[in-house]
Amino acid sequence: MAYALEISDLKKTYPGGTQALKGISFAVEEGDFYALLGPNGAGKSSTIGIIGSLVTKTEGKVKIFGIDVDEDLALAKTMLGVVSQEINFSGFEKVIDIVVTQAGFYGIPKSIALPKVEKMLKRLSLWDKRNDQARTLSGGYKRRVMIAKALIHEPKLLILDEPTAGVDIELRREMWTFLKEINQNGTTIILTTHYLEEAEQLCRNIGIIDGGLIVENTSMRKLLGRLNVQGFVFDLESPLDKAPEIEGFPLKLEDPLTLVVAVNKERSINALFAELTSLGIKVNSMRNESNRLEELFIEMVKK
Amino acid sequence: MSNNRNISVALWTLTTKEIRRFLRIWIQTLVPPAVTMSLYFVIFGSLIGPRIGTMDGFDYIQFMIPGLIMMSVITNSYANVVSSFYSVKFQRSIEELLISPMPNWTILLGFVLGGVCRGCLIGFIVFGVSLLFYPDFTVVNPLLTLTVLFLTSILFSLMGFINAVFADSFDDISVIPTFVLTPLIYLGGVFYSINILPDFWRAVSMANPMLYVVNTFRAGMLGVSDVSIGFALGMILGFIGVLTGSCLYLLEKGTGIRQ
Repeated sequence: MAYALEISDLKKTYPGGTQALKGISFAVEEGDFYALLGPNGAGKSSTIGIIGSLVTKTEGKVKIFGIDVDEDLALAKTMLGVVSQEINFSGFEKVIDIVVTQAGFYGIPKSIALPKVEKMLKRLSLWDKRNDQARTLSGGYKRRVMIAKALIHEPKLLILDEPTAGVDIELRREMWTFLKEINQNGTTIILTTHYLEEAEQLCRNIGIIDGGLIVENTSMRKLLGRLNVQGFVFDLESPLDKAPEIEGFPLKLEDPLTLVVAVNKERSINALFAELTSLGIKVNSMRNESNRLEELFIEMVKK
Repeated sequence: MSNNRNISVALWTLTTKEIRRFLRIWIQTLVPPAVTMSLYFVIFGSLIGPRIGTMDGFDYIQFMIPGLIMMSVITNSYANVVSSFYSVKFQRSIEELLISPMPNWTILLGFVLGGVCRGCLIGFIVFGVSLLFYPDFTVVNPLLTLTVLFLTSILFSLMGFINAVFADSFDDISVIPTFVLTPLIYLGGVFYSINILPDFWRAVSMANPMLYVVNTFRAGMLGVSDVSIGFALGMILGFIGVLTGSCLYLLEKGTGIRQ
């Protein structure tokens, strides 16, 4: 199996003694969309920093498309694009100059970079702002510049460290569409995020890191399959005085028009709907009580 | 990045970025030395100079010109690199360079060339200003003059780089120029020949590295020097070698730039 990223026994101890990584190992398959999740201080950013050579590792191995970074770091870097958590470009430069300069750092001459930059900026709806000083952009547009910078040398592996933090919902959805598209075109993506809905929507595989250790590394489908009980919220057409009693489905009336139920994964929700219909209760709409991944995540990092 | 062409593109990109940076803020970088040096020429050259008489056989303003050019070159090449490299650390755009496949020596060379370009440009500007006050000035040895100009810009760009690597705040990038560089430059023979000093202070002055830089440049422009030119050039080249090695070691270790 071809791996885009292989990490073995990676350790990081910062000067001062903080042990951020206690020997983590995981691999990301080529073409994957992988979520690396964990609470604050779990070691996600240290891991990404080491992969991007912004942080020096204490021990362990990192391979990018089979290339050991200790043996040929420069070659490994040509395959990697990183979107850092913090804005990391000069605010006094024009958007187009920032991206062309980044291409130059990868050895792409300006004459070749310019058409690529135009295409990229248009794709990210930044073309109209190409001559604006970066500091005048809103937070969302700054994030797009970060993505354009990371992708301009067409890396095979893209790492995004909380790319949608502080970004409005519309832009977040736009970014999701864009990331799905580049993943479908063959770019392997590793994503860290605090929005678990984002990870659930986008990622096929997931690693959960906590306290400097990998506590879970599996597929999203298998992980969500472990959820035994799911909470649903029903918006009713007509108000009720009290919650109906249906065997096997503990129903709770949150307000006269909202019914909440916890459904065991062995029970069919169709049966519940049949019972509600027979009682003359009409459901207008239904939604999950909370994000499914969120429930599992909280459970795992609580242990 | 093993391909030489890719490396030269990356180096060109960084160097032109550095040049663009100081040209963009020309009002802060190019104009002040011209104004300050004009004041020196007016006060010390035209007003006080004639009362001082000659220095080493030259009109005082003529003697002062090489020293003032060197002073501007030293402070500007140093300031360019220290402020630029500290700024990229401060606003985290250093990550753009560290994530890229550029070798460390290319990063160092890009910043140093930026400093050299500003230092040399300022040298020409100040020389142009000096001609307004002393139009008959002729350069005795243009090759030596340009060589020292170039080497001095490299030397102080490297010093600025080391200062920026260790700097943790904007205070840290002004301490060395204010409390070390400026006094050494002023006492390094910019305004006087050490021949006018008592023996003791002349001996003390010989330990000031600025004396060698200023006097070698003066030898190129006027043909007189208080120190041996060969020894001074050797010292400058030696320091450039040591500082280049130190900068590359610091980059390799990631001091001040990698956690």
